[in-house]
Amino acid sequence: MATNYETHEFDVLVIGAGGAGLRAAIEASAAGVKVGLICKSLLGKAHTVMAEGGMAAAMGNVDDRDNWKVHFADTMRGGQYVNNWRMAELHAKEAPARVHELEAWGAVFDRTKEGKISQRNFGGHRYPRLAHVGDRTGLELIRTLQDHGIHQGITVFMEYTIVSLLKDGDRVVGAFGYDRERGRFRIFKAKAVVVCTGGLGRAYRVTSNSWEGTGDGVSLAYHAGAELLDMEFIQFHPTGMIWPPSVMGILVTESVRGEGGVLRNKDGKRFMYDDIPDNYKSQTSMDPEEGWRYTQNDKNAKRPPELLTRDHVARCINREVKAGRGSPHGGVFLDISWIKEKIPNSAEHIKRKLPSMYHQFMQLANLDITKEPMEIGPTTHYAMGGIRVNGDTQATNVPGLFAAGECAAGLHGANRLGGNSLSDLIVFGKRAGEFAAKYAKENPAGTINDAQVEAAYREAVEPFEHPAGGNSEGPYHVQSDLQNMMQANVGIVRLQKEMEFALDGIQKLKARAAKVAVQGHLEYNPGWHTSIDLKHLLTVSEAITISALDRKESRGGHFREDFPDKDPEAQKYNSVIAKAADGSMKLRREPIPAIREDLKQVIEEMKN
Amino acid sequence: MNKQVTFKIWRTDENGGGKLVDYTTEITEGLVVLDVVHKIQKEQANDLAVRWNCKAGKCGSCSAEVNGMPKLMCMTRMDTLDISKPITIEPMRAFPSIRDLATDVSWNFRVKTKIKKFNPRKPDAADGTWRMMQEDVDRVQEFRKCIECFLCQDVCHVLRDHHKHEEFIGPRFLVYTAALEMHPLDTEDRLPELKQAQGIGFCNITKCCTKVCPEHITITDNAIIPLKERVVDEFYDPFGWLWKKIRPQG
Repeated sequence: MATNYETHEFDVLVIGAGGAGLRAAIEASAAGVKVGLICKSLLGKAHTVMAEGGMAAAMGNVDDRDNWKVHFADTMRGGQYVNNWRMAELHAKEAPARVHELEAWGAVFDRTKEGKISQRNFGGHRYPRLAHVGDRTGLELIRTLQDHGIHQGITVFMEYTIVSLLKDGDRVVGAFGYDRERGRFRIFKAKAVVVCTGGLGRAYRVTSNSWEGTGDGVSLAYHAGAELLDMEFIQFHPTGMIWPPSVMGILVTESVRGEGGVLRNKDGKRFMYDDIPDNYKSQTSMDPEEGWRYTQNDKNAKRPPELLTRDHVARCINREVKAGRGSPHGGVFLDISWIKEKIPNSAEHIKRKLPSMYHQFMQLANLDITKEPMEIGPTTHYAMGGIRVNGDTQATNVPGLFAAGECAAGLHGANRLGGNSLSDLIVFGKRAGEFAAKYAKENPAGTINDAQVEAAYREAVEPFEHPAGGNSEGPYHVQSDLQNMMQANVGIVRLQKEMEFALDGIQKLKARAAKVAVQGHLEYNPGWHTSIDLKHLLTVSEAITISALDRKESRGGHFREDFPDKDPEAQKYNSVIAKAADGSMKLRREPIPAIREDLKQVIEEMKN
Repeated sequence: MNKQVTFKIWRTDENGGGKLVDYTTEITEGLVVLDVVHKIQKEQANDLAVRWNCKAGKCGSCSAEVNGMPKLMCMTRMDTLDISKPITIEPMRAFPSIRDLATDVSWNFRVKTKIKKFNPRKPDAADGTWRMMQEDVDRVQEFRKCIECFLCQDVCHVLRDHHKHEEFIGPRFLVYTAALEMHPLDTEDRLPELKQAQGIGFCNITKCCTKVCPEHITITDNAIIPLKERVVDEFYDPFGWLWKKIRPQG
């Protein structure tokens, strides 16, 4: 039986058009195959634009002691050694070439005095390593890829949402979705599919993620049989805006601290000096004067404790607030204005180094960061976990399905270093595009199963059939109940009892989500879109909670009050989630493959 | 302190028309216009179409006309508006409507593909890359701040009132072209099409685009006027024309 849906055929279909998706599409099309690119929003609006600080690449332009080995060791240390070491190796080795490639495509990075690409300091990176453009590096990245990509013959579908991956036996052979403008469903047939859908921060109430960050790709891949890895590791960025309430969660870039910003509690104390983890003691300065010199690129100075890894800084802030030493609106103070003691004309300096932050606070909070401290608190920022992939090819365990960027897992281990995300996108976006194109060349097209398509369609439009009122409610209420529950029970500090409560709550919310009602029609209907996002959010929330319950230790982005220490045994495995035959979500612990000897030596060398 | 506010929001109907519909809601301290639109969407009009992403003025999705002024809704604080009167929220009027506050901006994406892409000179540093000085890229970096909100296109009378979409690329793409033309590494020549197909001559420098730019790019003075000067030098300067004819070749 032929279906009535318009069908588009490609060799490679890329779902998601942020940095990873665009880079994958460019690479696949350069390999000579026919590429389709699905954007949930307009092209160039994906969450990549929000990235501020920079992209990490050991080019050694500012400090020539830097090289891939240092970057590799920093990434493994930051990830607390549960990273996919092969990905960490490839990332450290290939990031410089990917950054230079962006320059060849028109990116205009800030320069050193010698005219090279400038690099800045960031938390957890031993040397200044982040190529940047002021504090709008993500915009530069996505615009460069977009402006290059539109001349590559890629077919772009703007404002399309995928509701299901389509399979032929074990293999993924396409995707099914609709356009937001008219609500028309389409079949996208493809020999290989690359999922690059980014984050899942909208599972939480306070997040830096936009509405799109609903874990679509992770959920689509899971339901298509892909394994998920290390879902318990969620990064809570230490510095999000907390006032006024409407901006709660919006990111305040780490560059503020990189440029000399300090954290203080309500008593004016720099509390970060009180708690420096042992494995960072040799690299961290106890002297505020030396810390300041570090931010001004003094090669002989050690970093101030404000630039410790994000997981640690976020917990220290949490501790200050819980101990009653927080700021009036429940955060702490981040102060860059103090540098007027050090720099003449500091207001101009701050505006030049941190233009977006200056405008963001001026416009949204009516606060001049060159004169006053900001109030900040932790915000859900990044999922280290995601779809399990092969480190070299970005292939998942499902034939024909690849993943790259935030929705894929492995590179960052238990905690991501700032700046390693943008470089992740271009290094592994390229690899995913390359190997998806190769797969497409080596395999014939599959067959679309009409029954699957019909089932996906019925599920997607079902909320229109539920009567408003009575047993049904709107999708927004279920979504905010889920966000509040995850925030309160599977957040920055976790406890067995609370997470069990959340797991039970997720089952109840699933039942409510199955009954939500939406009004109106299929055309540009945000209520309906939310009802679809909701299913993805519930899937990823369940995976996060199951993984977090199982990991009975604290490591990186996963902190348990009932198991506050690291367990050396737990460093030996990753948490793998897969859909069981009965449809339930099952977790297993998978031993991490032994690290290659030469890489092990690199880590040892860099420990001093 | 909570206050009542009335929003008159443009709602389209089935026939492609539309009207302003009143929504009254309570607001708290510190909200922006987009928050109030979302509140109305959540409480009173689940199907109200509005485009948005980052909510921090970085993606340029939530462009609309607030009390007739082209603005990003996410960066317009409620305390900058007089809420004793109803506040009108309309879609960008220079583009076709899709639904409610969402407009069809696809024309912009088509225009961009017609502009010749970046074409760098060969790398000239020993390591196979380039050297560029900060002062040589400052101007281009200003242009590259553009978030493609298309508010400049919305306010431009050549597009908005005279509908010259087929003959004029608008301020956004003049800025885009300027960023390419002034890029220290670029070797392409885009002046012939700027003069002809892209219609730079239609701009009569009213600077409305500069006024509405949320990124504070000095569109007219820094991008459009220098491009106009280049076009004039190339095509209308008799001495330059003569020199090009008689100069030694090679």
